[in-house]
Amino acid sequence: MLHRVSLDVNADELVVVLGPTGAGKTTLLRTIAGLQTPHEGRVLLGAADVTGTSPAARDVAIVFQDFSLYPNWTVRANLEFPLRAPGHALRLAEINNRVEWAAGILKITHLLDRKSQKLSGGEMQRVAIGRAIVRRPRVFLMDEPLTNLDAKLREALRLELVCLRRELKTPMLFVTHDQVEALSMGDRVVVLSEGRILQTGTPEDIYRRPASPVVARQIGQPAINLLNVRREDGRWKTSGGVAVAEARESHPAEKAIIGVRPEDVACTGGEHPAAVRVVEAIGPAKVLLADWAGCEIHVLAPATMAVQPGDRIFPRANPDRIVVWNCE
Amino acid sequence: MSFLELQQLKKVFPDGTEAVKGIDLHAEAGEFVVLLGPSGCGKTTTLRMIAGLEMPTSGRIAIAGRNVTMLRPSERDVGFVFQFYALYPHLSVAQNIGFPLEAAGVRRAERDERVRAVARSMGLLPLLECYPRQLSGGDQQRVSLARAVVRHPAIFLMDEPLGTLDADQRLEMREFIRGRQQEMKVTTIYVTHDQEEAMSLADRIVVMQGGTICQAGPAAEVYDDPASLFVANFVGSPGMNFIPGHVRAHGGRCVFMPDRAQTPIPLKASIAPGPATLGIRPEFLHASPQGPISGTVVMNEYQGSFRSIHIDAGFTGTIAMRAGESSRLQPGQKIRLDLDAAHARFFDTQSGRRIGHAI
Repeated sequence: MLHRVSLDVNADELVVVLGPTGAGKTTLLRTIAGLQTPHEGRVLLGAADVTGTSPAARDVAIVFQDFSLYPNWTVRANLEFPLRAPGHALRLAEINNRVEWAAGILKITHLLDRKSQKLSGGEMQRVAIGRAIVRRPRVFLMDEPLTNLDAKLREALRLELVCLRRELKTPMLFVTHDQVEALSMGDRVVVLSEGRILQTGTPEDIYRRPASPVVARQIGQPAINLLNVRREDGRWKTSGGVAVAEARESHPAEKAIIGVRPEDVACTGGEHPAAVRVVEAIGPAKVLLADWAGCEIHVLAPATMAVQPGDRIFPRANPDRIVVWNCE
Repeated sequence: MSFLELQQLKKVFPDGTEAVKGIDLHAEAGEFVVLLGPSGCGKTTTLRMIAGLEMPTSGRIAIAGRNVTMLRPSERDVGFVFQFYALYPHLSVAQNIGFPLEAAGVRRAERDERVRAVARSMGLLPLLECYPRQLSGGDQQRVSLARAVVRHPAIFLMDEPLGTLDADQRLEMREFIRGRQQEMKVTTIYVTHDQEEAMSLADRIVVMQGGTICQAGPAAEVYDDPASLFVANFVGSPGMNFIPGHVRAHGGRCVFMPDRAQTPIPLKASIAPGPATLGIRPEFLHASPQGPISGTVVMNEYQGSFRSIHIDAGFTGTIAMRAGESSRLQPGQKIRLDLDAAHARFFDTQSGRRIGHAI
C-alpha cells in the first residue's frame, strides 16, 4: 500500500528507498515498472506520463532479489532474451555486441556458455544485472538485489553497482532494508514506512539530521540511542536523573526525545556513572551496552579500550551531535 | 575432554562432493562458538552432522563425553534453530513452544508451566495466544528460539537464525541471543556467513573454507592475526587490503617493495627476504602526501560514523582506507597513502599463509 508518495529521481542519480519489510518498497518499484497500476497519481518518465502504458513500453529494467533467470538456459541465452523480445528486433550482430559488452563489464564472459543453474549466487545476480543493462533502459529498478547474497559478496557487488551506474549514466532506484546499502550507495535516500515517505535527503542528512525518532532508528549500526527527557533547571534530564544536555530556551517543549549516536558518546567526562553490561568487539571498534540510571545506552569505544562487563564508565553525549525532538 | 568434540569429521555427498574434509573441532561447556564462512564452506553440513540430521561419512562426534555419532537427532539432546523459523502455522505460539515437550510426553501441567517460564524470560508472554502469521519476523524467530530452549538441551545449534530478518531486528536479536546464552550458559554452535555477526557473538570464531578449518580463535585474534589471506579478507568489512611485492634487506633494515615499483615501505620487524604479500586493515592506512602508495579514488562510501575510501592503486582489487566522516575525497582524485607499519601483516603470496609478525 502506498499513500500519496511523491518522488523525483534525476537523470544521473542513484536513489535508495529504505524501509522495513512491508513498507511498500516493492509496490513502489512495481508501480514504476508498470507491473501494478496506481489507484491515484501519475508516473512520469522523462517528461512523458506513462501511468497507463504497458511495462514493455516504459523501457525500464528491473532486477529482482531472487535473480529470476531461466535455469535451463545458458547465460548467453538469458542475456539475449530481453533483446529478442517483440518490439526490440535487433539485428543478430547487434545482439552479440551488446551481450559481449554487458558480459565484459560484469566479468562474466567466461560463463556465457554455462547453464545458469550451475552458477553461484553472486554469478547469478551478475547475470541478472547483465540482463538489465543489455537493453540500455532509461531507468534501472533494483528490488533488494543483494539481499540473498553472502555478506562478503554483497560488499563487493555494492561497489561494482555504484561504479557501473556511474559509467552508464542511467538513473537507478534501489530498494533495500539494509541501512548500510542505503548510506553507502545512495546519492539520496528515501525512508519509507507503511507506505509513506518519512524523509528524503542525502545520506548525511538522514544520518545526522533524522526527521523523527522513527527515521533515526532505521539508520545507523549500532542503533542511535533515544532518551526520553524532561526539562529541569535548564537541562534535559532522563527519568533516572541523568542530565544529557543543556536545554535551550528556544526549545519550547517541556518533554523531548534526545537522539545521540553511539559514536558520539564518550566513555569519560560525564557526571553520572553507567554500568557496562555487554562488550562486543567488532574489529576496529568496541560496542558497549551500559545501564545509565535506568536507561540503556550504546557507546562506540575504540578497539584499544580495556573494558569489561561490570566496569563503570561516565558517558558524555557530544552536545554538538545530539538531535532533540519535541515530545508534545 | 571438551564438552563437544568432533574428530576427523568428514562428509562426502552421494554426488561425490566433499563438503567437510575431516575436521577436528571442540567446544567447552558454556562456550559460544561461531562457524563462519562463505556459501559452500561446509559450516551448515558440520552443524547438521552435530544435530544428527546428516550422517558423517567418517569421524566421531561426542557430546558431554558420550559418543553420539550414530544416534538419532532425538537421542542427542540438542536444540536446533533454523534460518527459516519453521513454526507450525496452525499452532499458537504457546503450542509451538510446547511442542517438543508434548512430543517427549511431558504432562500438560508441567508443560504449561515450562512454556510460561520460557515465554516470560524471552518477553513472549503477551504473544502466547497469537499465531505465527500474526508475528513479525523477529518475534517468530524469538518463538523458535524459545522452542529450542524449553527442553533445556545440552547444546544449542543455530543455523543463520538472523538471516531472514530485517537489519534493525537482526541487531536486536543478536543482543538478545547473546544475552540469553550468557545467562543460561548453554554450549552453542552458531553458523553464519556474516563476519560482523560472528565477531559480536562468539567466544571463539571458527573460519571455514572449502570443507576445512582455516583458523579458530577469539574474534580479536582472528581479526588482528589472521592465519591466511582468506581469513584476513573474509573477516572485516571491508576486509584486509593486500599489496603484493618483495621483502628486501636495505641498509640493515627490512623494507617492503610493492610490485609495480613504487616507494619502498620501511618495516618495523625483520622478515625473510623474498616475495610476500603485505596485508593492512583499512583503519591503518591514511592519506599522506609523501606516502609510498599512490592511486586514484574509485569510490567514497559513506557509512555514517566513518567513510570507506576505495582506491585503485594498480593492484588486484581496490584498496580500502577508513576515513573520517567528513572526508570529501571524490572519485577520480589522485591520492598517496601511508600505512602504520606496526600493523602490517605478511603472507606467503603462493600459499596464502601467514609468514611472520611485524611487531
